Amino acid sequence: MNKTIIESSKGWKVVDFKELWRYKDLLYFLTVRGIKARYSQSVLGVGWAIIQPLFTTLVFTVVFGGLAKVESDGMPYILFSYLALWPWNYFSGTLSESANSLVANAGMITKVYFPRLILPLAAIFSKLLDFIISFAVLLVLLIYFQVLPGWQVIFFPILLIQLLACSLGIGMILSAMAVQYRDVKYALGFIVQLLLYGAPVVYSTTAVPEQYQFLYSLNPMVGVIEGIRAMFLSRPMPWEWILPGAIIATLFFVFGLFYFRKMERVFADVA
Amino acid sequence: MSDTIIKVENLSKRYRIGLQEKKADTFVQQLWNNLKAPVENFKRIKSLGKFEEGSGSIHWALKDVSFEVKQGEVLGIIGKNGAGKSTLLKILSKITEPTSGRIEMNGRVAALLEVGTGFHPELTGRENIYMNGTILGMTKKEIDQKLDEIINFSGVEKYIDTPVKFYSSGMRVRLGFSVAAHLEPEILIIDEVLAVGDYEFQQKCLGKMEEVSKKEGRTVLFVSHNIQAITTLTRSTIVLKSGQMVFNGGTEKGVTTYLGLEKTRSLDYRSNISKGIVSVSINTSEPNNIQRFNEKFSVEITISLIQNVKIPSVSYQVFDEYENSIFHELFLASEHELDLSTSQLKIVSEIKNLRLYPGEYYLKVHYADKFTKIKLDTVGEICHFKVEVMGELRDYYWQPGAAKYVEYGNWRIV
Repeated sequence: MNKTIIESSKGWKVVDFKELWRYKDLLYFLTVRGIKARYSQSVLGVGWAIIQPLFTTLVFTVVFGGLAKVESDGMPYILFSYLALWPWNYFSGTLSESANSLVANAGMITKVYFPRLILPLAAIFSKLLDFIISFAVLLVLLIYFQVLPGWQVIFFPILLIQLLACSLGIGMILSAMAVQYRDVKYALGFIVQLLLYGAPVVYSTTAVPEQYQFLYSLNPMVGVIEGIRAMFLSRPMPWEWILPGAIIATLFFVFGLFYFRKMERVFADVA
Repeated sequence: MSDTIIKVENLSKRYRIGLQEKKADTFVQQLWNNLKAPVENFKRIKSLGKFEEGSGSIHWALKDVSFEVKQGEVLGIIGKNGAGKSTLLKILSKITEPTSGRIEMNGRVAALLEVGTGFHPELTGRENIYMNGTILGMTKKEIDQKLDEIINFSGVEKYIDTPVKFYSSGMRVRLGFSVAAHLEPEILIIDEVLAVGDYEFQQKCLGKMEEVSKKEGRTVLFVSHNIQAITTLTRSTIVLKSGQMVFNGGTEKGVTTYLGLEKTRSLDYRSNISKGIVSVSINTSEPNNIQRFNEKFSVEITISLIQNVKIPSVSYQVFDEYENSIFHELFLASEHELDLSTSQLKIVSEIKNLRLYPGEYYLKVHYADKFTKIKLDTVGEICHFKVEVMGELRDYYWQPGAAKYVEYGNWRIV
C-alpha cells in the first residue's frame, strides 16, 4: 500500500520523476488533445503548420533577400531562411504555448492533483507535430535546389535535444511565472518577435562583429540554427556556436525544473 | 498496524484576502497613484503566494483541524459556506499545500471535486473518457478494461463518438460521473458533485456511493449540504465552522450541531401588549427549531380574554417558504370546557407525527370571537422552523419540491 504524507514544503526540491512516469498516459492524452484541439473545425487543419512558416519565409526572401540584399552564406535566400525558421517557429510556438499552458488549464489545476509539469510538457510535445509537418516544406526546398544533406545529419539528435531542452526550460519558467503574473502573456508576444533578430534567422552569423560573437553564441538558438544549416549544406559542424548555447540550454532546463517545482505549490492558490 | 487510514494532525491553511485599495482624493494624487501602480501591483501580486503572519489581509481557512478516519469508514464533512470544507478537501487531494500540520494517508487517493475535469469540447465522448480518466490517475490500460462499462453506465452510448461540445450539460455530467464511478481508489474524496445533474442521476450517484462504501469497504470522505444524503450515507461526521472543527462524532448529533449553527430567525412570539394573542411558541423535536420528519411537534398559544370574549376561536396556519399555506389547525371552543373568568387562556396543539415535507416553514396565528364574529388579532411570519429528514424512512424519494406533505396511507393487495 502506498503511503502519502502531506505537509507544507519549503525550499527547492527535485522533480518527482517516478510520479511523472506514473502519469505518462495523461501526458500522452494531453498531447493528443493539444493537437486535436488546435486544428479541429479548421478547413486546412494541419495545413496551417505549412502555410505559416512558408509565407514568413517568402516575405523574408522578398524583404531581406531581395530588397535589402542580406548576405546568405552563398545559398539561395529562401533555403537559408527556411532552415532557420523551421526550428525557430517551433521554439517561439512552444514558448507561447507552454507559457500559457497552466493559466489555460487553471480549471484543472484547482480541481485535481496531477504533476503540473505535465502541462508544459504536453504543450511542447504537441507542437512537435507542427515541427515534423513543416519539415515537409524543407524537403521540397531541398529537392528543388538539389541539396543533399551531409553525414553531419547524425548530429541532428543533439541539436533536437538542445532545442527541446531550451524550449522546455524557458517554457517551464515562463509558465510558472504566468500563473502569478499575467504580464508574461502580453509581454511574450512581442518579445518573441524581437528575439527573432537575436538569432541568425534573417541574416548570417558572419554579419555579427567579432568581439560580440561569444556573447552572441550564448543564445542557445544560434547553435541550433547554425548546426541545422551546416547539416544540410554539408559544412563542418559549427561547435563554437553550438557548445556555449548547449551549456546555457542545460542551465535553463535545470533551473526551469527547480523553479517550476518551487512555484508548483502555490499554483492552485493563485491561479 | 492500526486500521487508521487517514490521520490529520493540526492542519492549518492561511489565505490572503485582498485589502481595499487606497483611494486618491486629489487629481495629483490620482496621477501619482497611476504612475506608482505597476510597483504596487507587483508587490500585491508577489504577495499572493505568500502567507506570512503579521499583515492584516490574512485569513485562516482552516485552523488546527485534527481527526482520524478508519479503514472502510464513511466520514461526512459538513459546514456552511466558507467554513473550510473545500479547503480541507483540496489539501487532502494534494491540490494545495497546508500552511502547517500534517496528513498521513495509506492508500491510493482519488478526489472528485468536480465531474468531467479536463473535458475538451472538441474531443469525442470516448476521447474525453481517456482524458478525464488519466487526469484522475487511471492508466490507459485500466480505462481500456473498463471502457464498455463506463460507456454503459453513462447512458450516452449513442453519442460516444460525437464531440462533447454537442452534448447537453446533463450528458456531460453523466459521462464525467461515469468515469469517476469506475475509479478504484482505497480512499475516495467527494465534494458536492451530487448537487449537479437531475434527480434521477443524483439517485444513481448516491446508490453508487453506497455501493462503494458498504459493499466494497472503501473509505469515503463526503462533503455535502444535503442533510439527507449525509444522514443516510455516513455514520460519523465532522462539522466545520469558520475553519475550525466544532464537532467530531456521530452523524445524528453532528447534523443537529450543524443545523444549530444557523441563525434561527424568530423563535417564539411575544406581544408587548396584553391584548389579543399574547404569546406563541413551538416545540420542535430537535433543538434550534429543527423539526424531524414524522416526529412530535406542538404549538403553544396564549391569548388574552380581557376583551370579554364569548367564544374564543384560535387557529394557526403553517406556511412554507414560498408563502403557501400548507395546513390550517383550528381550536374549537365547543369541544372544551373553558374558564373565561381568568385574564388569559393557554392552549397547546400537539401533532404526534408531523409529516411536512423537508423545508422551511413558519406560522400565522389567528384569534377571533366566534360569537361576535370579530377578528381580534392576527400575527404572521412567526415561529420559523425547519423540517429535516434524518435517516432513511421508508424508501421515499426526497426530491425538493416534490410534495408539501406526506401522508401515510394503508395499502392492501386486492
